[in-house]
Amino acid sequence: MSRRRHSDSENEGSQPHKRRRTSEPIEIEDRLESLICRVGEKSTSSLESNLEGLAGVLEADLPNYKNKILRILCSVARLLPEKLTVYTTLVGLLNARNYNFGGEFVEAMIRQLKETLKNNLYNEAVYLVRFLSDLVNCHVIAAPSMVAMFENFISVTQEEDVPQVRSDWFVYMVLSCLPWVGKELYEKKDAEMDRLFSQIEGYLKGRVKAHAPMLQVWTAEKPHPQEEYLDCLWAQIQKLKKDRWQERHILRPYIAFDSVLCEALQHNLPPFTPPGHMPDAQYPMPRVVFRMFDYTDAPEGPVMPGSHSVERFVIEENLHCIIQTHWKERKTCAAQLLSYPGKNKIPLNYHIVEVIFGELFQLPTPPHIDVMYTTLLIELCKLQPGSLPQVLAQATEMLYMRLDTMNTSCIDRLINWFSHHLSNFQFRWSWDDWSDCLTVDPEKPKPKFVKEVLEKSMRLSYHQRMVDIVPATFAALIPAEPNFIYKYEDESASSLPGYPASITVGNAIKNRATNEEILAILKEVPNPNQEDDDDEGESFNPLKIDVFLQTLLHLAAKSFSHSFSALGKFHEILKALTERDEGKLHILKVVYEVWRNHPQMIAVLVDKMIRTQIVDCAAVANWLFSQDMAHEFTRLFVWEILHSTIRKMNKHVQKIQQELEEAKDKLEKQQHKRQKDSGDEEDMDKNSEDEEGQLEEQIERLQEKVESAQSEQKNLFLVIFQRFIMLLTEHLVRCETGSVEISTPWYKNCIERLQQVFLMHHVTIQQYMGTLENLLFTAELDPHILAVYQQFCALQL
Amino acid sequence: MRTQMTEGLDIEGYYYNAARCLCLQGNRYDQEKLLKQSHTLYVGNLSFYSTEDQVHEIFSKSGDVKRIVIGLDKVKKTACGFCFVEYYTRTGAENAMRFINGTRLDDRIIRTDWDAGFKEGRQYGRGKSGGQVRDEYRQDYDPARGGYGKLAQQHRPTEARNSF
Repeated sequence: MSRRRHSDSENEGSQPHKRRRTSEPIEIEDRLESLICRVGEKSTSSLESNLEGLAGVLEADLPNYKNKILRILCSVARLLPEKLTVYTTLVGLLNARNYNFGGEFVEAMIRQLKETLKNNLYNEAVYLVRFLSDLVNCHVIAAPSMVAMFENFISVTQEEDVPQVRSDWFVYMVLSCLPWVGKELYEKKDAEMDRLFSQIEGYLKGRVKAHAPMLQVWTAEKPHPQEEYLDCLWAQIQKLKKDRWQERHILRPYIAFDSVLCEALQHNLPPFTPPGHMPDAQYPMPRVVFRMFDYTDAPEGPVMPGSHSVERFVIEENLHCIIQTHWKERKTCAAQLLSYPGKNKIPLNYHIVEVIFGELFQLPTPPHIDVMYTTLLIELCKLQPGSLPQVLAQATEMLYMRLDTMNTSCIDRLINWFSHHLSNFQFRWSWDDWSDCLTVDPEKPKPKFVKEVLEKSMRLSYHQRMVDIVPATFAALIPAEPNFIYKYEDESASSLPGYPASITVGNAIKNRATNEEILAILKEVPNPNQEDDDDEGESFNPLKIDVFLQTLLHLAAKSFSHSFSALGKFHEILKALTERDEGKLHILKVVYEVWRNHPQMIAVLVDKMIRTQIVDCAAVANWLFSQDMAHEFTRLFVWEILHSTIRKMNKHVQKIQQELEEAKDKLEKQQHKRQKDSGDEEDMDKNSEDEEGQLEEQIERLQEKVESAQSEQKNLFLVIFQRFIMLLTEHLVRCETGSVEISTPWYKNCIERLQQVFLMHHVTIQQYMGTLENLLFTAELDPHILAVYQQFCALQL
Repeated sequence: MRTQMTEGLDIEGYYYNAARCLCLQGNRYDQEKLLKQSHTLYVGNLSFYSTEDQVHEIFSKSGDVKRIVIGLDKVKKTACGFCFVEYYTRTGAENAMRFINGTRLDDRIIRTDWDAGFKEGRQYGRGKSGGQVRDEYRQDYDPARGGYGKLAQQHRPTEARNSF
């Protein structure tokens, strides 16, 4: 496993193929990096003796490798936060041996902190500040100067006209250090700390928490309230304070070295003014703490720390850090999670499963790609086959039982996780335990969940497998066989108006007729929409599309590749047929009709048609919201298509924007070059002027392209939100006039899907807030719908 | 030496390391370069019955899939247990190497490896009998890959003969 990642900045673009010169300094630097990165991992010697030894080695190397050592230590402070106390101890030992080095390290850390804040790397900044605060425990930094830094951070809460997320973050940073250093700071500076506390308390009381409902995984408060993250941390710190800062979970190697460390001279932190608010700052989003277990869930063995215990915070923090560090390498990640120090005192498997699901279900989006969590859980099951699968099964059972109040976006992720997980374990599951889902309204979350799981599971296997794995009683929930439905299948369809043409077209295609010949055939297809001959030209003829597409897709139904090939081969005809919006809408309708038992195929065909510009994104949105698709509106595949469509639109805009940026850069470089070379031969000047002219033209063209793409993107969101508003308003009005309960399964799905659009594409949507507010989300809107918009705005206030 | 060659690839490939001596196109340096920029993966140890649909479903979990080419027996023109998956982005392929490689499809552990890119002709097995080379010589019985290896099949008397 390469540790090289930490010192990526050190590899100055060296060609990896060049055989490295076996010069000593580089070898020693690598060795130092390796020694430092590996300290604290499994070893035959004790951690203390390893630290002692390493401190000696580094001290000896300081004269020649001081800068390298500084850089490595700063990197591990930033990138290996789960090993915080190991490295603070190391720095403490070095400081005891070499006061100047300690001072230089602190300065380097402050520089690094400034850099991370400047670059919106807020998570890393928290780790750095935590590191500095733990250095107080190692007698490297004087407590009063740390308190002063905290005071500066908290003074941010007094700033006016700044986003709440900014001051939130500074408060979070201070509070999250206290499990490590609260005791020491209170012992040295209790009056100042008390003042700090009351300032924080006042701030927290005045915070707006409109965003919280949008981020909660469950709408129910029981069995575990999902607290807003700052509220939870505050409760945990207050409890810790009440317990007189007695905290027994954090591994503190420096305690063993107390006699050495307390002899060391401490440094004062330079006064640190938090950088001011910049308009382009991207502070971390607020969070809700995910809890699914408590002490009653772990049957035997160590007890799970309570939800407001600081131990719970530290454990969760450390486990999140381990995942953050090792997510790309699942075997290492699993091993690191399972070798968490102090694991014998806690029900580690439960914590791990809770933290992993917490990330998977995190709103707006998980920190890492969904599939990582699936594979990580599989690795964990492999490493702990006697215990982890049972905890995972227990968790799955609990999640199933609470589906009724689970956020729809989270249910989506649960469906994808569970089906993928099962496919790795021969789909073995105790389905009978879930037979309660068979007796309720099939639109309710539980039966819907099982249905979607079986549909996804079928995609990873085949229809008969689904029949085999579930009890016979579940037959109604098994998906249909994914077969093509051909309207013009046989003679029983001969009365249909398109039947004769379908035969002709089919033969034409099989005999490799040219596009012209086929278009000629299609011209003869009667138009059900017009009564008599239309001399003014063709009005829209849906039957043409129907006959051609049904026949073509029928011939190509064998596989995705066959269908893609068909779309490609007859692209010209398809473009002609879908020139108008009605054509685009109708082609989507036909695709659905023929493949309605194979949603996966519908999705890939729609994707292909967008990419080859047979349909556009707005057409897809309109189709999904159309009356024809109303009966499928709560099915997962509909939303997967919609989100995929939005993503394609976003990527398209980004691509053109990037082309524009590149062209601008090129022009700039060209202009610089010309200025430098000016005065040389006239010819060269003329040539470069021409080039510049061309570039300027290109930039103008790209500029137009970007504007047009952005306009299309804005229009797409307008269409989508408009349709949501129409559907929801209709429902709300109907319920009100009929005095009927609003909250039907359909309504819950629809309103949460609206939320989902905001959350999944929040970065893009931020650009269009003004338009959305002026045109759509006005004060006249039903408060239920407006609330979603307001909660979304509250996320970055 | 191996670290140098795979440095930057970041994710170890199984088949690449075994097959690199067979690389026929260009010299080794070019091959390295192609792999480091590649958006295409070779996928091995598939069941003969695994479909494009299944491959698409699982590999879509790491990114948008541009194209899948199912490997075919050169003689029979039926699936013979491998395929190529091409992504629109490098990240999609990297995440597949990280999170789909070594997990199951159709109950079999599948293996992915970087590929220099699909070219016409590469969709066919290169074993003498038309399937993959590995199915020529293996001795075990694998019902999802045509039963016994081709060589072993020749030495094995058929069921029919035995029943007399």
